[in-house]
Parts: sequence; structure tokens; C-alpha cells
Amino acid sequence: MRAAAVLLAAMLAATPALAVQPDEVLPDAELEARARAISRDLRCPVCQGENIDESNAPISRDLRLYVRERLVAGDDDDAVIDAVTDRFGEFVLFDPPATGSTVILWLAGPAMALLGLLIAWAFVRQRPAATSPDSLSAEESARLDRIMRDDDM
Amino acid sequence: MIAELGHFALVLSLGVALFQMIVPMIGAARDRAPWMESARPAAMAQFGLLGIAFAALTVAFVTSDFSVALVYENSHSAKPMIYKVSGVWGNHEGSMLLWVLILALFGAAAAVFGDNLPPRLRARVLSVQASIGSAFIAFILFTSNPFLRLDVPPFDGRDLNPLLQDPGLAFHPPFLYLGYVGLSMSFSFAVAALIEGRVDAAWARWVRPWTLAAWMFLTVGIALGSWWAYYELGWGGFWFWDPVENASFMPWLLAGALLHSAVVVEKRETMKAWTILLAIMAFGLSLTGTFIVRSGVLTSVHSFATDPARGVFILGILAVFVGGALTLFAARAGAMTTRTVFSPVSREGALLLNNLLLAVAAFVVFVGTLWPLVAEFAAGRKLSVGPPFFEKAFTPFMIVLAIALPIGTILPWKRGRMGRAVATLRPALVLAVAVAAAVFAVSTGKSALAVVGAALGAWLVAGSAVDLWTRAGGTPARLGRLPGADWGRALAHAGLGITFIGVSLLMAWQVEDIRVANIGDRMRIADYDVTLQAVDEVEGPNYTATIATMLVERGGRQVAVLHPEKRVYPVQAMPTTEAAITSGVFRDIYLVIGDPQKGGGWAVRSYVKPFAAWIWSGCAMMALGGLASLTDRRYRVAATARRGVARAVPAE
Repeated sequence: MRAAAVLLAAMLAATPALAVQPDEVLPDAELEARARAISRDLRCPVCQGENIDESNAPISRDLRLYVRERLVAGDDDDAVIDAVTDRFGEFVLFDPPATGSTVILWLAGPAMALLGLLIAWAFVRQRPAATSPDSLSAEESARLDRIMRDDDM
Repeated sequence: MIAELGHFALVLSLGVALFQMIVPMIGAARDRAPWMESARPAAMAQFGLLGIAFAALTVAFVTSDFSVALVYENSHSAKPMIYKVSGVWGNHEGSMLLWVLILALFGAAAAVFGDNLPPRLRARVLSVQASIGSAFIAFILFTSNPFLRLDVPPFDGRDLNPLLQDPGLAFHPPFLYLGYVGLSMSFSFAVAALIEGRVDAAWARWVRPWTLAAWMFLTVGIALGSWWAYYELGWGGFWFWDPVENASFMPWLLAGALLHSAVVVEKRETMKAWTILLAIMAFGLSLTGTFIVRSGVLTSVHSFATDPARGVFILGILAVFVGGALTLFAARAGAMTTRTVFSPVSREGALLLNNLLLAVAAFVVFVGTLWPLVAEFAAGRKLSVGPPFFEKAFTPFMIVLAIALPIGTILPWKRGRMGRAVATLRPALVLAVAVAAAVFAVSTGKSALAVVGAALGAWLVAGSAVDLWTRAGGTPARLGRLPGADWGRALAHAGLGITFIGVSLLMAWQVEDIRVANIGDRMRIADYDVTLQAVDEVEGPNYTATIATMLVERGGRQVAVLHPEKRVYPVQAMPTTEAAITSGVFRDIYLVIGDPQKGGGWAVRSYVKPFAAWIWSGCAMMALGGLASLTDRRYRVAATARRGVARAVPAE
């Protein structure tokens, strides 16, 4: 499914290699874990759909090394992410911050859920009296009876 | 010659589809039985002609006829036979041909098995189905003709993308298309019902099997794709929230909602308008998915054919069909409000909640997928929406769904009591709490994901068992005599639970090790010892491979000998990784061999992936559940439902 990405990466990288290389891994396990977590939320700037942790593109390797460099220098996670964003823009953030118009993105789901709940509640609560048809015919009652007994899915 | 035959059959099929679209619809309006009846032979003829076209293209691929441009671009004489065949749909033109072939297959199936349908409804359903067919056959003929020849045939082809040369991916598209296109049947039924102005229990009983089949195929298709990503991409990722994955996931969610709301229409004749709307939206999202993949508008990593002309054409089809259906809906939905009452705490209430959650979840995926496009056009912001967003915005709805699901399955229709339902489910609740405690105890980190996911999964599985047990009245002998739909429901819901457990425990507990290893090196990962024993160069049929031999031991006892590979396909000059995996009930061990290093040795990645197999086992169970429901004989006796006299009373 990620055929094109790998293809693109293969074309970009002279010697294609698998994502994180052994020589990139930091000796400090805790720092490395933080680096991995940060890398997973940063998008590779040239290969569209992949994060820099999975990407084979050279620029992703540079970014991975840069992230580790900053962490070793003592930056906290947010400072590292900000530094990368300053250079490449918010395009590299897979986790778009809820600022400006992006608030709509984050609120769309909860708002729709709330709206749906209200409509569903109104639907359930609505008395049928207003729209109720005439009383049931004998045939319809018999059918209703069968429906009632037919209580399985 | 054979390619021309296929081309000719394709052109003819457009004519037949146009006939099938127009004549039966007029016949239904004017009450002319022969006109209506003509839809059935037309549907079969359309399928036959498209079958000939597809067979002709397959012959061109199998015989490596490189005078056909498509074959030249996507095949190679040295390619194994199975991939010559799967290469037919491993490209844009061929996959669209498969798309319309399946569309016609569903139409023909409705024509053949539609004896029980009222003739007028049948004529209208087949006519709507043919209108979709006409649009897509025209799309193929005018923008994506697979039968074009080359003036000077080359000696050999350019080969299929090596990543697609894989059994998992060979069969991923056909299943996905069966699902996408199966939803066209629900759509056709919905539009036909809107034209008729009538939706009743019989209608719902007719729509449900088609939706169920579509949902089942989508489940299999999505699971195959995810499984392929897991073993092929070299790090064991199984879901990326990529636009094209989302394009198949949204119809899956809505198909799931639709097959539940159809139950309510069938049993209680309420939620009719909503069900029609769902049917329209589900297929609308299938078309949107096709648009996303084909137009490349979201610059997805998947789209192997990005062409503005094609995108515009599909956008046009999307606008006409969804816009038209929604307009019809707006005009007619008012006529469908006859309803019965029910309390919020009831089966109907639970199914309504199910629909709400699934629809909102699909909406979240939809907004997240299209947001980068919206942001760029409306606000000029170039931004990305990726896995972190979906994990945060989508998961809460799934958690609520999982909590409510077992309660919903045992609530009675009309009016139920929450206290009683929870009392019945007490064993499941106890088990879920026990699982949560156990997972919490063994988790070294403070992983809420593992605890919540495993507990919800256990709740779903045990809840399904309680559901079955309650239906059987607590008598084991009666379990076997329960209708297929009961088994189907329990299997599918338990499968969802299994997938929950797999996803959460894999994500929370995975162990990874990346290092340089020399021959003979021994690595410790979790409580396994992995030894790199040898690395060999091997020639494959159309590739060269570097194959490692790695011994996996645990406590001194051999667990497996694995052979991860790295392949290079010379024709496309492209490397692929073939991870070696030994799958177990509680964990997968996943080994990958990388490049040779400058200072000697190879880059080696080893993973222990707990409960990985549960993800796809759960999907398989969901699909089996769908199958079990489909075999329920009550769908086969829908004949009696048609006259609106008697509903098919379960023969238990």
C-alpha cells in the first residue's frame, strides 16, 4: 500500500536503507526513546505520507540525527519539535496543534457527536401522537405481534 | 486480436448498460412489464460482456503480449504466473476494469437471485445499478482504456512494482473492490426505494444481506492490506491512517452502521430515513475513496495513477450520484417518518447509539483526511494530519462503542432495564476487571492503552459469550440450534474484541532492537536470544536476494530458524525487505536484515510483537461472523416478506 512512498524513497536515496540505522541509535536508552517518540510525529518533508522514523529518505536521516543532537544538548521535546517546525513549517507536524483554523479540525468530531446525541434524543423522545397514523388494523396488529415475538436480531 | 475483442466487448457493455439504465426505469414508471423485465437479461449480458473484456486483458497479461501498452508497462516475461494474473488489477486501468466487472457481477446476482423482489423495485434497482455501471465504463473508455496498443511492441515489459508482487497484496484489491462495489447495491436499493417512496421491513431484509456481504469483503480487504504492510514494510507497522487506508476505512465504518440500522428497519420499521441516508453516504464514501486514490488530490503514497482528467471525471460521477441521491432524499425522506416508539434504554436505543458512534467516527476520519486540502484552499496553511490526530480524535468513540456494545446486544426491543442487563453481564464484567488487573500487574510502564484495550477486548469477547448463552437459554444443547445470525453477531463482536486486544497490547508492549551484527553474534531481545548464523546471496526468478539465517532461542531451547531477506528487483532497480516472522499465540518474533555496514556486519532489526496475530484473527472472526449471518436461512425465505403479508418468521 505504501508502494509509491518506498519507490520514491528508493529513487531519492542512492543506497536505500531501512529507516533508523544502528549508527544513529543513542547509547542513552531514555533519550533514544524520546527521540523515537518525536520522530514518529514528524513527517518526512519529501516523501509525503511517512514519518521520519520510518522513512528512508536522506533528509529524514538528517532530521533524525538533528533531533538526537538537540536532545543530547539538553533540549526538551517541545523545543526540538519547534526547532524543526521553524525550518520546515507546520507541514512536518503529524499532530497539528489546535491553533487558529485547526481548532475546527479538533472540535469537528466532538461537535458532531453532541449534535448527533441531541438529534437522537429528540427522535427518541418525540411522541408519536402528532404523526401517529390511524389505529392499527387487525392485520397490522397480528404482524406487530409476530414482530414482538421475533425478538432476535 | 484478443485485445481488440476485449475492447469491443467493453464498448458493447456500455451500450447494454445504457439500455439497462433507461428502459427498465421508464417501464417502471409507465407500468410496462416487458420493459421492466428487460433489466434482467441486460444485467446478465452486461456482466458477460465485461467478463469477456476482463478475460481478454488477463490473456494479454498471461501471454505477456507487450504490444498492449498496459501489459508492457506493468508486466515482465520472467514474472511468476500468479503475479502476471494479479498484475491485471495491479494498475489503474485494469483495476477500474475489475471495479466495473464486480459492479456488473452484483447487478447480475440481483437479477438472477431477485425472483422474490417486487418486479417494479427490481427493475428500478437494476436500472440504478446500470447507471453507475455506465458512468464507470464510460470513464474507462474515455480516460483509462486498458486495451491500447503500442505501434512497435518492445521485447520485454517494465515489470510490476515489486512491492505488489506479493500474495497478500495480490488479493487485497479484489476484496476491497467487492466491498466498495457491494455498497453500490445498498445504494441502488436506497435510490429505488426513494423513487418508489416506500421503505418497509421487506426492503430492509433485502438490503441487509448485500450490506453484510459488502462489509465482510471490506473487512477481509482491509485486513489483507494491513497484514501485508505488517510483514512487507520492514518494521511491522499495520495501520498508518494514510488517506487511501482511510478511504477504505470510512465505508467500512458506515457499512457497519448500515447493517445495524437495517436491523431496526426490519424489526421495528423505524429509523427508515436515516437508513436510506446511510446507504447513500456509505456508497458516496466508496466513490470518494475511488476519487482520492485515482486523482492523487491528497498526494497519497498509494496513488499509482494520478491524472487530473481522471480525477475530474470521477469527481463528476461522485457529484451526480451522491448529489442526485441526496436531492431525491431531501424530496422524499418526509414520507418515511412512520415510526414506532421505543425507550432510550432498549435494543433500538442501543443500535441508534451504535449508528451515532460509527457515523461520528467515520466523520472524524473524513474531516481528518480532507483537512489538509481544506486548510490549504481556505486558509493557505500547508499542514499535515497524521496518526497522532486520529489516535486521539477517533479512539474515544471506539471506547464508548466497546463499553456499550455487550449491553446493547442483550437489551430487549422497545424497553429494557439497565440494571437487569448489567446483572446478566456480571460474569463478563468480572472477567474484564480481572484482565485489566492482570495486564496492569505485568505492565512495567504505566500503559493505560494496554489496560484499557485489553479490558475492553475481554469485555467484548465475554459479553458475546454471555449473549450466546442467554439466547440458548443456558442450555448447551440449544447453542447449536441458534440461528446463523445469532452466531454471526457473537462471532463478529468477539472478533472486534480480539482485534482490540491485539492492537492495544502490540502498541503498548512491543520491544525493538536495532544494531550491527556480525556472523555468529548473539542478541538478547526481551527473553529471546537471536543469533545471526549466516548471510547468503541467492538468485530468485526475477530478483536477487540477500538471505540471512537467524536462530531464535528461548532459555536455551530453539524456537525457530528464520530467514529474513532483502531483495533487489533489477528491472525496476528497487529493493524490498522480506521480514521473517514466527507467529505465536502470544507474540510474533519479527526479524529484518538490512544493509552491510562499512565496518563489517549487517544492520539487523529484531522485534518482539506481543499479540500481533490477534489483530488479524479478530478481523477473520468478524468476516466469519458476517458469513454466518449471511447463511441464516431467514434471508433465504425473504420471499414471504415481499408481499408485505408475512414477515419471515424464524424457524427455530
